[in-house]
Amino acid sequence: MTRKTHVVSNINGADVEFLCEPRQSMLEVLRDVMDLTGTKEGCNDGNCGACTISVDGTIIDSCLMLAVEAEGKKIGTIEGVATAEGLHPIQQAFLENAALQCGICTPGFIVAVKALLEKEPDADEYRVRHWLAGNLCRCTGYDKIVRAVLDAGQRMRSN
Amino acid sequence: MTITADPKANGGSGYSVIGTRPIRHDGLEKVTGQARYGEDVNLPGMLFGKVLRSPHAHARIKKIDASRALALTGVEAVVTSAELVQASGKAIDLGEGAMTNPKFLSNNILAADKALYKGHAIAGVAATSPHIAEEALRLIDVEYEVLPAVLDAKEAMKPGAPILHERLANFDYIFARPGGLKDDDDQSKSSNVSLHFVFETGDIQKGFKEADVIVEREYHTKAVHQGYIEPHAATAMWNRDGKVTLWSSSQGHFTMREQTALVLGLPVSQVKAIQMEIGGGFGGKTLTYLEPVAALLSKKTGKPVKVSMSRVEVFEGTGPTSGGYINVKIGATKDGKITAAEAVLMYEAGAFPGSPVIPGSQCMFGPYNLENARVEGYDIVINTPKVAAYRAPGAPAAAFAAETAIDELAEKLGMDSLELRILNGAKEGTRRLAGPVFPRIGFLETVQAAKDHPHYNAPLEGPNRGRGVAGGFWFNAAGPAAVTASVHADGTISLVEGSPDIGGHRVAVAMHVAEVLGIPAEDVHPSIGDTDSIAFTSMTGGSGALMKTGIAAYEAAQDIKSQLIRRAGNIWDVSVDDIDMVSGVIQHKSDPELRFTFKELASMLNATGGPIVGSAGVDPKGVGVAFGVHIADVEVDPETGKTQVLRYTAVQDVGTAIHPSYVEGQIQGGAVQGIGWALNEEYVFNKEGVMANPTFLDYRMPISLDLPMIDAVLVEVPNPGHPYGLRGVGETPIVPPMAAIANAIHNAIGVRMTELPMSPGVVLEALWNKDNSH
Repeated sequence: MTRKTHVVSNINGADVEFLCEPRQSMLEVLRDVMDLTGTKEGCNDGNCGACTISVDGTIIDSCLMLAVEAEGKKIGTIEGVATAEGLHPIQQAFLENAALQCGICTPGFIVAVKALLEKEPDADEYRVRHWLAGNLCRCTGYDKIVRAVLDAGQRMRSN
Repeated sequence: MTITADPKANGGSGYSVIGTRPIRHDGLEKVTGQARYGEDVNLPGMLFGKVLRSPHAHARIKKIDASRALALTGVEAVVTSAELVQASGKAIDLGEGAMTNPKFLSNNILAADKALYKGHAIAGVAATSPHIAEEALRLIDVEYEVLPAVLDAKEAMKPGAPILHERLANFDYIFARPGGLKDDDDQSKSSNVSLHFVFETGDIQKGFKEADVIVEREYHTKAVHQGYIEPHAATAMWNRDGKVTLWSSSQGHFTMREQTALVLGLPVSQVKAIQMEIGGGFGGKTLTYLEPVAALLSKKTGKPVKVSMSRVEVFEGTGPTSGGYINVKIGATKDGKITAAEAVLMYEAGAFPGSPVIPGSQCMFGPYNLENARVEGYDIVINTPKVAAYRAPGAPAAAFAAETAIDELAEKLGMDSLELRILNGAKEGTRRLAGPVFPRIGFLETVQAAKDHPHYNAPLEGPNRGRGVAGGFWFNAAGPAAVTASVHADGTISLVEGSPDIGGHRVAVAMHVAEVLGIPAEDVHPSIGDTDSIAFTSMTGGSGALMKTGIAAYEAAQDIKSQLIRRAGNIWDVSVDDIDMVSGVIQHKSDPELRFTFKELASMLNATGGPIVGSAGVDPKGVGVAFGVHIADVEVDPETGKTQVLRYTAVQDVGTAIHPSYVEGQIQGGAVQGIGWALNEEYVFNKEGVMANPTFLDYRMPISLDLPMIDAVLVEVPNPGHPYGLRGVGETPIVPPMAAIANAIHNAIGVRMTELPMSPGVVLEALWNKDNSH
């Protein structure tokens, strides 16, 4: 048996500790250890963005991060986007713009979009398409996703 | 943009719910990460399963020794094909034209005597962690006798080609479905052609004689993958009473139940399949891969087992669609009447019979009224993964060939390409080459809408830029479906359906009930029942889920409506003939005092005779076919050969759009999959049959930055076979894009593209050949 490592981190605003094998990815620990299955695995090699999380404010494919690297970091996942008060404007915009079909890529998109719009709520279509180049969606052709992001930006600007 | 042929169909004149855009009921769970997909199953004591796959494209399996793997700490079981029922039997319908027989089904789930492609499943292992299971795979010793592999349709048809199945039946008539073995007394030598057939009408020799202009070309396409973002995963628990529970995300949990029971030798009632949310499928999740392996591992260990695929396994072990060769010859008089059309389709089935060559041939020249035509099809097995259905199976490659040939014909005739299509377009009463006569269809309306669209008439300036158009046809399908709907005391309804919801159709199913009962769509709560909770429903495919389940929901709502009227009659002590239900109000026809809103009566049900449950089981026959016309503007970089899509418009006859946002979404998504197929996507095999690009980095699907907005134009010509006029919409939009882009590239650089994908290297080579020929 591989000896496990003790990691102290912060996930979605709460201080947490967990045990993991050194070889386990952050994605695996989020899903299998923390039961935060909103972060999805699409490829496990950093090419689809379904497992996008934020680490100290920067987005990263969690399949490419070892869980032990979460020590002392602030981790944000899809489960932390909505609050007790309700959905985030990005989530609301995705619903109203029908920006998802199967929904498997949606958590990764929303986490990525949040990181963009918190800094650049006035991002234009090209900037949005460029920012989301690392997130694959096979259902929508991106049209309604891009529209939802532009809509969400407007909502966040007026808040 | 919506163009309505029936004033009732949209805009609120006839319907209160149909044609509106309510927020989907399952949306909240999907934007918050709560929705549970196939891989999100986590049961107490669960083991993790992995599959050992063949490193060879063609090899005899001499011996499998799992003793070293079983000795590894944490490994609890290994299974091979020896534990599956080795069935024979007749071909069964896997939906969407993909056919197989139980023996081939079983042999694809776990290889028996031979591995037939690189990635073919050989054995399953269950362990206490996925990492241990992976380590165990390396400790299973398999002795292979490597055989020569054949990787191309034409090579596979040559005398002396390696033979995949020594007993493969070689059928030569259309009524035989590919997939059989020879009869025992048939000692003839098998070839790799499982099926060869011809559709014919009129006299093509005479037709070509009458032609002033003839276009003749050969086209070549490659295998492409459906590319769903969710890899396959299946969890099984073989309970102590012999009953098996499955949790997986397929396009048909009833199909998974049937096929799993079949290969395990169980009656279907012993298997319960629970449908998890599905992360894309596009036809690729219609075949059974992992469920029986998980079940066998659970049987051996007594624990629940989850078996998951990696992305590489998805590429190497699950269905792409066919590559192959298509020859087309079309002739027309100088005034543009097509006098004859001929095509030969050679489709690669992968390792087991059942390419979509039949539906491809049925769709060949589908949008046109042809007096003289002939289509010949071949289903050919080769040493690559067994193909699975992919969105309008067989039709996109056929349309790539036919619609580029028609564009070339228009060029030679000096005619507008859309005008040529209008001149020869199919309409109500046209007999299809494949046999059926079209009912009310909207092809001509669709071409006209494209012709009138601002995009088609917008100036396009600049060097190396071009515009192309193409049509497309898919016949759509349906199948049996069931719905139950229970009325709650607060005036809401719980609806249980049996169709896996792959793209958001459940909101539109709920809208059928809401429309019938005159209540808001938000008051109908739809969910997908497991195989013990709802009656049989055929898989989500053929653009038929909303057709069949929508009609079942409509009938179930009618059932509720008549029960509500009977209940009101009992309460008021009046005849049901004197009661109506209009806009959600149950009322006496002549006494305005006798009146209940739906909510009022719903609150009284338990005290006035008990709850009301509506139900329906249906098998709709009035499926409406669907046509599309796409317009593409591209710019080709002459230095690199890269093609950029500048503007894209997809016009489609959608019947009545129940929820227009999701209809547009289907069209946009289908068009973009077609753009990927046109420009980038392909399986690249080395000469040993090993896929060289089994990652999303190298198998390059479209990303957001590649694309413009996709303008989806809905032309509404209602389907007479559905109460609100719905047509299936999901598949048709992937049919036109390859030809539309090829025609745009021709318009940009003057080269006819006959090969997919039109990747930078291919376009560059075409440019060089053009320059050299000058």
